[in-house]
Amino acid sequence: MHMHKFEKIWLIFGVASLIVFLSVLGVSAFHQGHHPSSWSNIIDPEQVDETKPFDEPGLKKVEGKEWDYELVFVASAFLYAPSEVQIPLGSTVKIIATTKDVIHGFQIPGSNVNMMLEPGYIVEYITTLNQPGEFLVLCNEYCGVGHHMMTSKIEVVES
Amino acid sequence: MAQTQKSEIQDEKVEKEPTLLGAFTAVMIVGLFIIITWAGVFILFNQRF
Amino acid sequence: MSMTNRLKVDRRDGKLVMAHFYVAFISLAIGGLAGLLQVLVRSGMFVLPAGIGYYQLLTLHGVVLALVLTTYFIMGFQIAAVSRTSGTLTSKQRKIGWTGFVIMTIGTILAAVMILLNEATVLYTFYAPLQAHSIFYIGLTLVIVGSWLGSAVILLKYRQWRKENHKQTSPLITFMAVVNSIMWIVATIGVAATVLLQLLPWSLGLVETINVGVSRTLFWYFGHPLVYFWLLPAYMAWYVIIPKIIGAKIFSDSLARFSFILFLLFSIPVGFHHQLMEPGIDASWKFIQVVLTFLVIIPSLMTAFSLFATFESYGRSKGAKGLFGWFKKLPWKDARFVVPFIGMVAFIPGGAGGIINASNQMNQVVHNTIWVTGHFHLTVATAVLLTFFGISYWLIPHLTGRTLTKAMNNLAITQGILWAVGMTFMSGAMHAAGLLGAPRRSSFSEYGGASIAAEWIPYQVAQAVGGSILFLSIILMLYIIINLAFFAPKGEQDFPIGEIAETAEKTPKILENWKIWIGITVLLILFAYTIPFIDMFHHAPPGSKGYKLW
Repeated sequence: MHMHKFEKIWLIFGVASLIVFLSVLGVSAFHQGHHPSSWSNIIDPEQVDETKPFDEPGLKKVEGKEWDYELVFVASAFLYAPSEVQIPLGSTVKIIATTKDVIHGFQIPGSNVNMMLEPGYIVEYITTLNQPGEFLVLCNEYCGVGHHMMTSKIEVVES
Repeated sequence: MAQTQKSEIQDEKVEKEPTLLGAFTAVMIVGLFIIITWAGVFILFNQRF
Repeated sequence: MSMTNRLKVDRRDGKLVMAHFYVAFISLAIGGLAGLLQVLVRSGMFVLPAGIGYYQLLTLHGVVLALVLTTYFIMGFQIAAVSRTSGTLTSKQRKIGWTGFVIMTIGTILAAVMILLNEATVLYTFYAPLQAHSIFYIGLTLVIVGSWLGSAVILLKYRQWRKENHKQTSPLITFMAVVNSIMWIVATIGVAATVLLQLLPWSLGLVETINVGVSRTLFWYFGHPLVYFWLLPAYMAWYVIIPKIIGAKIFSDSLARFSFILFLLFSIPVGFHHQLMEPGIDASWKFIQVVLTFLVIIPSLMTAFSLFATFESYGRSKGAKGLFGWFKKLPWKDARFVVPFIGMVAFIPGGAGGIINASNQMNQVVHNTIWVTGHFHLTVATAVLLTFFGISYWLIPHLTGRTLTKAMNNLAITQGILWAVGMTFMSGAMHAAGLLGAPRRSSFSEYGGASIAAEWIPYQVAQAVGGSILFLSIILMLYIIINLAFFAPKGEQDFPIGEIAETAEKTPKILENWKIWIGITVLLILFAYTIPFIDMFHHAPPGSKGYKLW
């Protein structure tokens, strides 16, 4: 197929840009570990309250791991447990979350913490809380009539 | 019929390429716009925890 | 068949097309009103009158606009385009078309009644385990089955044309409609599978639980080609009809066909880029589908060049000088050009935003924020919709034996400009608020007085301003449509179909070798989905029972 000289240059430029985008994303995701929350362990959604660690939602200090704390969240229509939590500034936290009923979102607006909580799956995300202040947690996937009232609060405090 | 017309026309080979510098400049502006917006959000992603 | 027959859509085919358009524009009226109420609610200054839920309204808005308006308009437009370029439908083909229309309409009514009864407030994506009434799922099934018959009309006509014309290169717009129909059939298999094999038996109580991950994956296997199913008819107009309207030739027949083939290949194996934030899918498979998603950008890059090249060649043939002199030569007083042109412009930020959305981990910044809503109101609700409006402004009078008058033409330009202004406010504010973290699909909320949520409210007010302007534009649009269908002066309105430029080369035969293209399409789908899909079954959690939480 014949192609105009300028169209060839344009497509080479365009495809090269896309390759650059993908390379940057690939290195950031696979080399620097900036993956979105992905493949995960499973859980019986009817037994969440009886299954560790979800039997005790909230913040737990851990030793000998790459993260300092585990922050366990249980979502259900239309609330999160815990509804409020304090975390020392600068700590590395592994958020572990699941849902007891329908799909919920787990988003800290203004951050990269943004995950889908789907029944039967445990999602995990590791991050370092390096900004002090109050952070909102909200549900960003429609879950029913009280969806927009579903929130929690994370307070990052200087220890 | 439209089809026979078309194939007759197509038999004549391309003689010379039309000037398309304006179109080229326009798409390059589009390309730069895409790169700038993408880079902007990528920077935002890297600044956030 | 004589030349004159070909230039006009037969009246009997015209009636079939118009039937589709009536449903489409009634949907526009209903969906537009719902949209207006939604932006008003989210401004925080308006409360819905008792009994109507925000999410019920949102479900209605999504279903009637994203599913009903688009499908009906596209079915109608493709039938018109094929009838115009490949000849009048046979009575058997027309009967299939009407049967499809009736089935789709029964389905639409069933689904709409369930939404109005508040039995299906599950939004247009109907994610399990929220469980709608079984009649809602039956309605959706019928819409899809009906659309298969509408697509069959296109494929039958094409096969007949090829047989009668000794396998010559088919008319370009017919070829494009064939590509879109094949893509639609391959894609809808996914949504049909989840509805028929999972959601329907589950909502009827035949099975107790549902595999949520599988259901979502089947939905998004369909969900991304769905957006290309909306876009390709707009591209048909941009490639084939717009050149004729401005008085230019089609830049390249082969490249136009090639770009459509690329859309067929790469629109489908990419659904994971809608599921980047979710569990149950391996990070590597997500990334593979991100790479495939980036490949589908290439045909749009080709389209961008081709359109600018058409405009420049035309302008230069009219004596335009300088780098951008050709721009002034375009027919800025012709609504048939101006309205779709606004759509083309909107596709630039729309496409740029789409690349960001698909960029794997960068999706964390925008996933399920109102940025996404802003994004698809640029792509489908501006680029595609304004092109559909631009088509309607000549196609409806063409079919009803009337003409687009000067007065209506000017009103149509006003309509397009109002849309551009309204959408700049609404979509711009949505993009900005989304980057600040504001969620989509949420009623007005102060989120317990959180300071970040207070930052979003001025943007929500801007969205309400933009949405109100858009609603005015819809009223104007409907007024023009009613005029063109029933009151405009009788006459002949041209159905513009572009001719190929003399400098264009012969179209390679391989572009119509469907065995190759469908074969590669299937292989790519199998490559992208087989392993992660098997994993979903192997590592499936216990299923979910249904919930009605509204």
